[in-house]
Amino acid sequence: MIPAIKIDQVHKSFGAFEALKGIGLTIEQGEFFALLGPNGAGKSTLINLLAGLLRPTSGKLSVMGHDVVSDYQRARNALGVVPQELVFDPFFNVREMLRFQAGYFGHGRENYAWIDEVIDGLGLTGQATTNMRRLSGGMKRRALIAQALAHKPPVIVLDEPTAGVDVELRQVLWEFIKKLNRAGHTIILTTHYLEEAEALCSRVAMLKQGQVVALDDTRTLLQRYAGKSLRIKLDPLRIPAGLQPLLRSEDGGYCTLALHEVGQLEGVLAQLREAGVKVEDLQLIEADLEDVFMEIVRQ
Amino acid sequence: MIGMWTLFKKEILRFWKVSFQTVAAPVITALLYLLIFSHVLEGRVQVYPGVSYTAFLIPGLVMMSVLQNAFANSSSSLIQAKVMGNIVFLLLTPLSYREFFVAFLAASVIRGLVVGMGVYLVALLFIPLPLAHPLVALAFAISGSAMLGALGIIAGIWADKFDQMAAFQNFIIMPLSFLSGVFYSIHSLPPFWQKVSHLNPFFYMIDGFRYGFFGQGDIDPGISLTVVAMSFFALSWLTLRLLKSGYKLRG
Repeated sequence: MIPAIKIDQVHKSFGAFEALKGIGLTIEQGEFFALLGPNGAGKSTLINLLAGLLRPTSGKLSVMGHDVVSDYQRARNALGVVPQELVFDPFFNVREMLRFQAGYFGHGRENYAWIDEVIDGLGLTGQATTNMRRLSGGMKRRALIAQALAHKPPVIVLDEPTAGVDVELRQVLWEFIKKLNRAGHTIILTTHYLEEAEALCSRVAMLKQGQVVALDDTRTLLQRYAGKSLRIKLDPLRIPAGLQPLLRSEDGGYCTLALHEVGQLEGVLAQLREAGVKVEDLQLIEADLEDVFMEIVRQ
Repeated sequence: MIGMWTLFKKEILRFWKVSFQTVAAPVITALLYLLIFSHVLEGRVQVYPGVSYTAFLIPGLVMMSVLQNAFANSSSSLIQAKVMGNIVFLLLTPLSYREFFVAFLAASVIRGLVVGMGVYLVALLFIPLPLAHPLVALAFAISGSAMLGALGIIAGIWADKFDQMAAFQNFIIMPLSFLSGVFYSIHSLPPFWQKVSHLNPFFYMIDGFRYGFFGQGDIDPGISLTVVAMSFFALSWLTLRLLKSGYKLRG
């Protein structure tokens, strides 16, 4: 099957600054994929390259098998991008704007039913004839997402879609996006809310300073990098030499040890017993994407 | 084709939705010029034999409105979309740079013609006006508005802020349109300024357009149309090059 997105050895420089340093990434059709990284890692640059808003210094990118430079019309037809900034056309109402947007992609009346479906799915029915200027921030955000979906693209990129969005709207958005994913759309997401990526995405790429520093299934990544953390309160507060390599932090009388698997727990407790240290309290904490993220960013 | 047509339709609706500001206001402005200049100069100045000053003035004002509004349409649409950021929605589409150009240009021509027609019709209420060669007048109105539409796209691409756009308008468009013979015949100027006027493409547009009404002008309308057409092609070539290169639009 043709991959939804294929990024091959992509470099992008702005003057002397190299924003992307040889990115290679393949995203299969139907995936729910997260692109994570600290500010300035190159996530938005990568999205802008896919969307044709920027041109690569070298390397190739394709959407559904269409090169974004040489076959840009087919590539853009296959792609819907939700920009990060809350931008809108102040002259039109929601439905007009969506019909225009689909029209730019060559769609006419036959597409009106889909537009109404998007309006309904995003809870914009009551605002369909409201001018974009008069919408609240949250409603503008929904309209922005609707605009990216107006031409029914198979691949959808959401650049920080939930930044500054309240909990309720976030739920509505994710339910709708999940429905699209179930219907076969490929979803690519950048977010700062790591729990969102963890809950939704099956695969994750982490970018740091213009390079992919981690790329794996969300679950594998969680296991590989952080495993589990053991938080223990000891009396006396003394870690035997054999356990020192596992020590990650000490605070408020608690020590945190990094474990790769639950099986290590028995050995840890045995060593503490032998050293005559009593365990007063114990918590086993599942690692989350934030731990992985912090660990990779620190490296 | 549907994409280009949609963009054209959107550009038309964009100005039509605020027609009070984009059509009615320039018509009022032109009428104020007409009232003031005709009041002051009627009976004192006669440019062509048998043509009153007011009658002489009207085609100039109509054409000036056509040109200024054609420029305003493409330039304001682009600068607004750039400043607001919603230009991204156009850049994400599969529209080619040629389609983009044609849609913006055609909408500018329509806006120019609508405002020009408005000024003409209202002026007719005050004074009867001959129309010796309507097709000549129309040819100049279309080619002139197309040229200014292209210039508006260039300005819209180049300007990053509203004050840069205002500078373009105040230091290029306004002097060129006011020093083009809207209010006078260039034959009334000293020889040096006559020569300078011949370097101004707006002069040929106004003179050729006026020829369409009175059958007489400062210069042969064939020459004028050639100059206007060549200026239009040169600006279109530049606009298309800018759009193709993605200058200030795509990084």
